[in-house]
Amino acid sequence: MIKAILIFNNHGKPRLSKFYEHYSEDTEQQIIRETFHLVSKRDENVCNFLEGGMLIGGSENKLIYRHYATLYFVFCVDSSESGLGILDLIQVFVETLDKCFENVCELDLIFHVDKVHNILAEMVMGGMVLETNMNEIITQVDAQNKMEKSEAGIAGAPARAVSAVKNMNLPEMPRNINIGDISIKVPNLPSFK
Amino acid sequence: MPAVSKGDGMRGLAVFISDIRNCKSKEAEIKRINKELANIRSKFKGDKALDGYSKKKYVCKLLFIFLLGHDIDFGHMEAVNLLSSNKYTEKQIGYLFISVLVNSNSDLISLINNAIKNDLSSRNPTFMNLALHCIANVGSREMAEAFAAEVPRILVAGDTMDSVKQSAALCLLRLNRTSPDLVLMGEWTARVVHLLNDQHLGVVTAATSLITTLAQKSPEDFKTSVSLAVARLSRIVSSASTDLQDYTYYFVAAPWLSVKLLRLLQCYPPPEDGAIRGRLTECLETILNKAQEPPKSKKVQHSNAKNAVLFEAISLIIHHDSEPTLLVRACNQLGQFLQHRETNLRYLALESMCTLASSEFSHEAVKTHIETVINALKSERDVSVRQRAVDLLYAMCDRSNAKQIVAEMLSYLETADYSIREEIVLKVAILAEKYAVDYTWYVDTILNLIRFAGDYVSDEVWYRVIQIVINRDEVQGYAAKTVFEALQAPACHENLVKVGGYILGEFGNLIAGDSRSSPLVQFDLLHSKFHLCSVPTRALLLSAYIKFINLFPEVKGTIQEVLRSDSQLRNADVELQQRAVEYLRLSSIASTDILATVLEEMPPFPERESSILAKLKRKKGPGNLHPDLDENRKERSANGGTADHSSTTSNAKSSPLSFVGDLLAPASTAPSTKRPRPVSSSYLLQAPLTPIPPQASAVPVLLSAGPLFQVAASPTPSTDLLGLGSTITTQNSAPPASKGTSLLVDVFSENIAAFPVETPVAVGPVADENFSRFVCKNNGVLYENQLLQIGLKSEFRQNLGRMYVFFGNKTSTQFMNFAASVVCQDTLQTQLNVHAKPADPTVDGGAQLQQILNIECMSDFVDAPVLNIQFRYGGTLQNVAVKLPITLNKFFQPTEMTSQDFFQRWKQLGAPQQEVQKIFKAKHSMDTEVTKAKIMGFGAALLDGVDPNPSNFVGAGVIHTKTTQVGCLLRLEPNTHAQMYRLTLRTSRDTVSQRLCDLLSEQF
Repeated sequence: MIKAILIFNNHGKPRLSKFYEHYSEDTEQQIIRETFHLVSKRDENVCNFLEGGMLIGGSENKLIYRHYATLYFVFCVDSSESGLGILDLIQVFVETLDKCFENVCELDLIFHVDKVHNILAEMVMGGMVLETNMNEIITQVDAQNKMEKSEAGIAGAPARAVSAVKNMNLPEMPRNINIGDISIKVPNLPSFK
Repeated sequence: MPAVSKGDGMRGLAVFISDIRNCKSKEAEIKRINKELANIRSKFKGDKALDGYSKKKYVCKLLFIFLLGHDIDFGHMEAVNLLSSNKYTEKQIGYLFISVLVNSNSDLISLINNAIKNDLSSRNPTFMNLALHCIANVGSREMAEAFAAEVPRILVAGDTMDSVKQSAALCLLRLNRTSPDLVLMGEWTARVVHLLNDQHLGVVTAATSLITTLAQKSPEDFKTSVSLAVARLSRIVSSASTDLQDYTYYFVAAPWLSVKLLRLLQCYPPPEDGAIRGRLTECLETILNKAQEPPKSKKVQHSNAKNAVLFEAISLIIHHDSEPTLLVRACNQLGQFLQHRETNLRYLALESMCTLASSEFSHEAVKTHIETVINALKSERDVSVRQRAVDLLYAMCDRSNAKQIVAEMLSYLETADYSIREEIVLKVAILAEKYAVDYTWYVDTILNLIRFAGDYVSDEVWYRVIQIVINRDEVQGYAAKTVFEALQAPACHENLVKVGGYILGEFGNLIAGDSRSSPLVQFDLLHSKFHLCSVPTRALLLSAYIKFINLFPEVKGTIQEVLRSDSQLRNADVELQQRAVEYLRLSSIASTDILATVLEEMPPFPERESSILAKLKRKKGPGNLHPDLDENRKERSANGGTADHSSTTSNAKSSPLSFVGDLLAPASTAPSTKRPRPVSSSYLLQAPLTPIPPQASAVPVLLSAGPLFQVAASPTPSTDLLGLGSTITTQNSAPPASKGTSLLVDVFSENIAAFPVETPVAVGPVADENFSRFVCKNNGVLYENQLLQIGLKSEFRQNLGRMYVFFGNKTSTQFMNFAASVVCQDTLQTQLNVHAKPADPTVDGGAQLQQILNIECMSDFVDAPVLNIQFRYGGTLQNVAVKLPITLNKFFQPTEMTSQDFFQRWKQLGAPQQEVQKIFKAKHSMDTEVTKAKIMGFGAALLDGVDPNPSNFVGAGVIHTKTTQVGCLLRLEPNTHAQMYRLTLRTSRDTVSQRLCDLLSEQF
């Protein structure tokens, strides 16, 4: 079972946290910090598995992670999950995000937390893998977007107009980094802690 | 086409996030957040009804704030209101807020439940999915109560959409996890199994996860899933990579589903049906073959997916532990990965090999990789991988390579990462003890441990070395010499001082003959460390000093001088002061004889499970310790549970009792021969050199009352300091009196209705005349007297059994208040579960009453349960107690094998404790056919043409218990001339060998 899914950037700022077991809000934050501490001190080129931190069950659980440019994707799982399987799942998740956001970058995760949660919900439910087929996931997400659009109607128009302005305001200086076979556009975020 | 258009963001949200980004300090950020929280709060509280867009925007803001680690204490009600919206957008954001922010014990759950109920019955798949997700994510008990019945209905309903089915399966799984008692098996279970045949692979994946979890809970209900899973797996494995379209991931067909199916199969033993078994073996072979094929893509995802399936297949092969060829192939495959350039594969290979090492078929094959593993320990850059290498070395260690492995681990310890040092210390200590052939090596190893990593040597480790030195007299002199030398180092670890103080205090006399280690030199050496040590160590040293006074009268003056000094007598620490005062008094007023009695050498410690092992188990959880023969043996002998059959064995070495005796015997004779000291009559009168824990000093001591008895009294609580306090209770467990009462309690508790207030009746002798007749057969008459006849009919499969007990009333009068119960005494309670279904309280004259017993074998056992029957016949209460013939061999599954296999395994089980042999006189005529029938009735497969001597009988089988499976080989050699038999049993577990040998030898 997947106990938690955490995404944070190179500085440990959480970008997404999803816990499938209940922890208090404080503990959740501590787990994120502890996990960041464990994962970030590891070299590149070492393996993608390590034992979980004390807060999330110690050696009972495994942390399986991938590091993409500015972001760490960490899955905390128990012994019933296949390690390589979860690695692939992370890859599917990232590829799906990439398709949905058209070259996903850290900012997309920040500004569209709800969308990211929706995409994740199509893949993992209550800590179990729901769907691994990317096309299926994207079909579902598309269907949701269509519904959203149709509901937004006239009321949504002004919002869309201003968000176009928003996009112009945001300094995005993409540099493309190749990871595996997908490219994630990584914004330069000097001011962002 | 991007699925999420970037243009539809919310401006307010974007501005807020940008603001936070621009905050220069944490304070500024908090200020901005508080401002925003106040704003949202006022909006929510305001009179103006918010439109859906605004609500969504504010909820998104709250989510973002929450993610940054700030508490959100409002907005829940608004989110719940969003749930009842008809608009997807609003509903969706409401559910999102709830699944992220609402925990399972919120008081809003009943409101949320209402909304979920509406959505589940909406027949709108999108809404249903949202609701199911919410149940799965929150998973509270209240939700389980509300929906545990509804979700299975949705899951198996014919008109449910695929995506909803998927969600329903996982939702049910979650409910089963959080509240297993509420998810009841029903007619839906059979239909769930058939989801494995579903067209939609997503549904199959979700269903497989569900079935895997449910099958662990009630394997019988889902047994049919095995054949379906094998069929499905076979279709996937043999499909061309394009067949499964979207579920093909980087040229690998449905890797996740394959992994899940292989996991499901690990819930069950190898399929019994030959055809299914063959098909599964074929699948596993195909997977192993594919691993050898050149990759279809250079991308890492391709090899990841392929290997994910491979590793899971290997896990299944290890789990089945029955196909030697597959096991060896798996081991070779893993061996290749050990040197793979992908770190992940090296890591996983080490991990899988750990489990492979505990299989008797592949242990040797794993051992061949020792050099590679040691190399990994030395050269891997990644601590995760190094840790797995340590685990594997620990798992593959046996007597043949223990010295090498311990040496490597010790040398690694010097440079090891701090995070894993303590674990390595524990492992080295365990291996050194377990495989010590000569104990000087053991002592050296532990002292090295303290030297290299003193800070990580826990108390358990140094307690243990002292236990062992005290119990083994041949090592005492060496230990004294070695600690003496080790203490010469200018800086030594405090743990070394503790061990040194204890051992020199006990055995310093053994090296006192050498002028370089004369008593005074020893004392000066110890005392030179005194001032650098903590209070508990100083206390221990003071005890060592008083022991010195007894051992070496010539240093009495010097030591008294030290005890008398102000720094001792007036020490601020009450424990030290008390010891100094008492020891000084004791040494001045007691005569040599009394002193010698009080300060007698410590008695040997009772043998028990190593406290280090207990510590490692606590640290790592039981899963990481492979089941080990030696450990089991120690546990068994520590519990003293195998007493009754040891006298019959002809192979004394394999008797667990003699193992204990072995440890204890030398120690009990040693003191008188080694040292010219009076041997005390009572061990109680011995002052132990124990570091008394702080609270022990609370015992008030009145010096004038006679110091002798105070010193003598203190041992009682602290003799057991070296580990597990529970031994006393386990060793004396179940005195006869309590046995009787617990038995009665059992009788009454199960039959309260039948016996309103009955005077307790002493249970008479347990009848067992017919017991041995049932060892090789399952049906017959077990017991008979003038009133009652008891017949049995039973069937056993793997570790489960069902027994039909027929109670025949031989009289013409009705039996009243009839009750029968089964009692498992003492240790048997944990080894065997016997559940008796309630039966009628009356048996008419001439009629028969049937009662069903369900039996589950948890672990191997020796004793038999007792069937207690009570009934009222005429005016009198009748009691009958009969030993029920449930014997270990009932859980035999025969195994056919070739002659070559047989002898290979026979050799593997060559350790002395694994074999039990018995030579005995024939009691019946030595008829070949009868003997054959008996061996088959016993449960083993009779193997023809295996033994070169045709008159010998050879059998093989596997004993199934819930915890383990024990492979058993047997050989019966009749000698018609002498009317004798020789029976040899070899199994991987000594207690099993012994029990089976005892049972079978009675049959001929």
